[in-house]
Amino acid sequence: MPIIKIPTPLRAYTEGEKDISVEGKTVNAALDSLLSIYPDLKKSIYNEYGQLRAFVNLFLGEEHIRDLEGLDTPLTEKDLLLIIPSIAGGRG
Amino acid sequence: MTTLTDQEFLRYSRHLLIPEVGLAGQEKLKASSALIIGTGGLGSPIALYLAAAGIGRIGLVDYDMVEDSNLQRQIIHDTNTLDKLKVESARARMLGLNPYIQVDSYNEPFTAENAMRIATGYDIIIDGSDNFPTRYLSNDVAVFLGIPNIYGSIYQFDGQASVFYAKEGPCYRCLFPTPPPPHLVPSCADGGVLGVLPGTIGSIQATEAIKVLLGIGSSLVGRLMLYNALEMSFDYVKLKKNPKCPVCSENPTITELIDYEEFCGVPGHHIDEMPNEWDISALDLATEMKSSSPLLLDVREPHEQKISNLPEAKNIPFGELASRLSELNTAQEIVVFCRTGNRSLYAIEILLGAGFRKLKNLEGGINEWAEDVDTSLSIY
Repeated sequence: MPIIKIPTPLRAYTEGEKDISVEGKTVNAALDSLLSIYPDLKKSIYNEYGQLRAFVNLFLGEEHIRDLEGLDTPLTEKDLLLIIPSIAGGRG
Repeated sequence: MTTLTDQEFLRYSRHLLIPEVGLAGQEKLKASSALIIGTGGLGSPIALYLAAAGIGRIGLVDYDMVEDSNLQRQIIHDTNTLDKLKVESARARMLGLNPYIQVDSYNEPFTAENAMRIATGYDIIIDGSDNFPTRYLSNDVAVFLGIPNIYGSIYQFDGQASVFYAKEGPCYRCLFPTPPPPHLVPSCADGGVLGVLPGTIGSIQATEAIKVLLGIGSSLVGRLMLYNALEMSFDYVKLKKNPKCPVCSENPTITELIDYEEFCGVPGHHIDEMPNEWDISALDLATEMKSSSPLLLDVREPHEQKISNLPEAKNIPFGELASRLSELNTAQEIVVFCRTGNRSLYAIEILLGAGFRKLKNLEGGINEWAEDVDTSLSIY
């Protein structure tokens, strides 16, 4: 099954789990599968209009899904999908 | 042409020995300038290494004073500079390390009003800030001035680094067109950070800065580096220019600096000092609790309760709040608190969205309670 890697700031919504095995043959289906396990993640991933939030970047391997086929990008059983959010820390 | 003195030949001997740097490279570094935004966790190693490397002119922007809680990671400062201005503490340390450079300090917040005045004339900007408004501002200033922005950011055990240089690749906005809504991503002040983490990421920023100034090697332009200290993993993803980027695309919609605090929906500076309508001081709450019994809602993590605790409080960690609202009663008055009053304010936003109205925020958090009401508690 494809695995979605959850970044630290969002692990508060996945009971601390970082690598989640999901069902789905596309990025979209994999996200649906992830959110069916951890519904609290939904507001961090999608905005109120149901669109992917602009600060959430999804990478399949090294490639941004925007540069592939977006949410329709096909996934294989062994794929690793990275969620990369913006983090701001540094000075304080 | 900038030339080295005899003392500098000795000092930079190990650079002069590397063919990629050599005499020409060291002279180039001496003729270079870098502006560092923030002299905290990231800024500490960046400023120290750039000073040691002999970057001729280094600018420092910060407005804070050195505090006890900084010294777990901000190694440019020390116990003797507590309560001193960070830019002056850092400047003295840098000139102590290398008297042959110039350090210009700007004891002011980096804002849309002063950013172009401060940054104009520098060869690169290095972003060591700790908030989204300043990160977007640093990016836009670098794009408008046509210079690289050496990016680094940290959270708990995670770090990111890249070189955003619109002339050669993507900018920060190509990757993150808009910031996260304020309550979705906690800050280091709320979530904590491993002290050595900014050392790792700041050192990578300093490395990239020196490479970019020398024009050697393969920089992080077009790549985002992802570091996790717990797993000791370094990953890289490819970044491309966003053809619809609002600042660095061919048809930009943003052509001058904007109001970054409004854009991000959060203040860039001193969020905990912003007054708000829900705040109640620790002293006022103590008085109120003599005649009424509001629910005290502690939204800190369980491990924080071992440091200081109010035994009568109910604990729901911030991340679990949205899914545990059924445990709370909209009819009861709720006083939300955390460590310093930030997370609790975001918790109030969630509670307001769920229809709760009888809400108060303990201003300054349990730390203020420990200072003003129950001095037996530890402040952290």
